[in-house]
Amino acid sequence: MLEASNLECVRGERRLFAGVSFRLEGGEMLALQGRNGSGKTSLLRMLCGLTPAASGEIRWCGRPIAQIGEEFRSELCFLGHQNAIKEELTPLENLLSTARLAQEPLDEDAALAALELVGLLGREDLACRYLSQGQKRRAALARLVHEKRALWVLDEPYVALDKAATELVAGLVGAHLQRGGLAVLTTHQAVAVPAGSVRELTLGDDVAAQQRL
Amino acid sequence: MLSLIRAVIGRDLRLAMRRQADIVAAMFFFIIVVSLFPLGVGPEPEQLRRLAPGVLWVAALLATMLSLPRLFADDHRDGTLEQLALAPEPLALIVLGKVIAHWLVAGLPLVVLAPVLGIQFDLATDALAVLTLSLLIGTPALSGIGAIGAALTLGVRGGGVLLSLLVLPLYIPVLIFGAGAVDATVTGLGAQAHLSLLGALALGGVFFAPWPTAAALRVALE
Repeated sequence: MLEASNLECVRGERRLFAGVSFRLEGGEMLALQGRNGSGKTSLLRMLCGLTPAASGEIRWCGRPIAQIGEEFRSELCFLGHQNAIKEELTPLENLLSTARLAQEPLDEDAALAALELVGLLGREDLACRYLSQGQKRRAALARLVHEKRALWVLDEPYVALDKAATELVAGLVGAHLQRGGLAVLTTHQAVAVPAGSVRELTLGDDVAAQQRL
Repeated sequence: MLSLIRAVIGRDLRLAMRRQADIVAAMFFFIIVVSLFPLGVGPEPEQLRRLAPGVLWVAALLATMLSLPRLFADDHRDGTLEQLALAPEPLALIVLGKVIAHWLVAGLPLVVLAPVLGIQFDLATDALAVLTLSLLIGTPALSGIGAIGAALTLGVRGGGVLLSLLVLPLYIPVLIFGAGAVDATVTGLGAQAHLSLLGALALGGVFFAPWPTAAALRVALE
């Protein structure tokens, strides 16, 4: 389904990685590892099509993502470093407006159920700027509860989360894999995902020349 | 397609309502700049009448400039711009929604205030009407053209000054035909030609600007 061949990332004058290739089928998850600055986030942004790769190609269902841009983006759910929630809006409004912008039907009851699951019930009418860092992350992750798109690309999803929330997110990813979805995520924590098979890819200077899974 | 544009407008208006200080600040800037001129140049009605169109239009340009840097900067900072760029629909449609929302928040209040401020300059009723009409037609062009500049300077240090240098020269045609329409009414020539050209600029600005803006945003996100 998702296939990357010989990806190279150049940031400024530095080559972060080269020759990164992998193939991911439905029900599989790719866990990206590597020290800070090894290019994990850059690789994720490449996979989303936000940053063009210096060389190499990314294919979705056999076709290059650059060619099928809109079709690919309708299968993609990206959660970046930043939470992509509006501080002025409440968690409920954030969730509903994200769904509306993604042209996905989400009614208020489903949104409230998602917020209950991530433990924000009772805070759904509070502007997000009054929430703690972890609660903001929970508000951002609430959209995964009803997310049906096939490819999840998550950048450090466990950051700022407590133990219970971390397990909850791992559970959501597991359920997604069980439905036959794909996931790519970066993490520094070893978190067991309850279902699906996990592949690992380590980015770093020593293996930068050739890294193949 | 329309539902997406509506969703973007709805979101941006809601955000603007939660941050009313920005709207009010730009409106007061407009009021104060315009009101300073009668105090500065003296109370001769003849002179004020001649100055009025230019003063009101220049003040409108500057007031629009005030709100432009934040058009994409907030979305860029909190990561929502990435989400918008990854939406299945073309980014230009989303930009169009944001331009319309920007006009409703930053342009429309100027249109509403203009006739009241025009009275300070002793403008006749027909000149006031044309002034308001010219702003109503012309301010959407300011939002559209400004969006290109805002996208190009996104994430640039000292982007605010650069934005003014980029955008203000592009506003010159709008200024000439906008102020010219009022002048033509005052001198009895009729404003129709000016207003038609202004309308053409606005249509061009609002419907063509989203495409280069979207391209600039994609570059800024790389």
